[in-house]
Amino acid sequence: MAPLSWYIVLGVVLFVIGAGGVLLRRNILVVLMSLELLLNSVNINFIAFGRYYGDFRGQIFAIFVIAITAAEVAVALVRNKSTLKVDDVTVMKG
Amino acid sequence: MDQGFFLLFATVSVITALTVVLARNPVHSALALMACFLQISAIFVLLEAPFLAVIQIFVYVGAIMVLFLFVIMMIDVREAVLRRFMPGSNLPAMVLLVVLGVEMLVLVTRSARFSVAEPVARSVTGDDIRQLSTTLFADYLLPFEAASVILLAALVGAIVLARKEPG
Repeated sequence: MAPLSWYIVLGVVLFVIGAGGVLLRRNILVVLMSLELLLNSVNINFIAFGRYYGDFRGQIFAIFVIAITAAEVAVALVRNKSTLKVDDVTVMKG
Repeated sequence: MDQGFFLLFATVSVITALTVVLARNPVHSALALMACFLQISAIFVLLEAPFLAVIQIFVYVGAIMVLFLFVIMMIDVREAVLRRFMPGSNLPAMVLLVVLGVEMLVLVTRSARFSVAEPVARSVTGDDIRQLSTTLFADYLLPFEAASVILLAALVGAIVLARKEPG
């Protein structure tokens, strides 16, 4: 089996790519997709640690992360009605 | 053998993740993200979490990506494609990303805690799923119920937000 650090490095690389998408892109759909990427890299970490230390809680936390992600994406995509630019979403601005 | 598969899946997932961020057309991003999720579910299989791999395919590839494609279908994509995307335009964000990546990589490579080569031997009885579900529904019942309430709130919130404003 591959060493644990390989999985962690994969998680780090995917996290940095996803964070780059969130910070650099201005298209709201691509920002949401990058958020998915971030959460997936976290899931890889959870499951890798759970496997290597023989603990089921990693998988259980991954299940919760997936459930919350589904809720977040549903609300975010429905909310996004007319605009594609992140800078135009200013409903919460005072 | 195992390491070769890991390197294959990891390489493809990193390439597709880069495509997600760099592609100018959101449809290309969505398809690349789908490919990336499939690779990640293969990595879950390598980590001996087949249940999570199936959940990943059902929820992400099946549900979330279809949602994305529906929204892309309903929105005019051409406007988004035409806009230029320059990765170097936001210098502080780039610096932050580089610092973040270097910091995490140094931490992972220097720390002894991450250099576990072999996983803890697991009892080969074949009832991993049973143990997982027992833990989930017994020890983690309260978070499970909280997650179901959050999903219900998201459902109601999505319906309320999608409804047309009266008047």
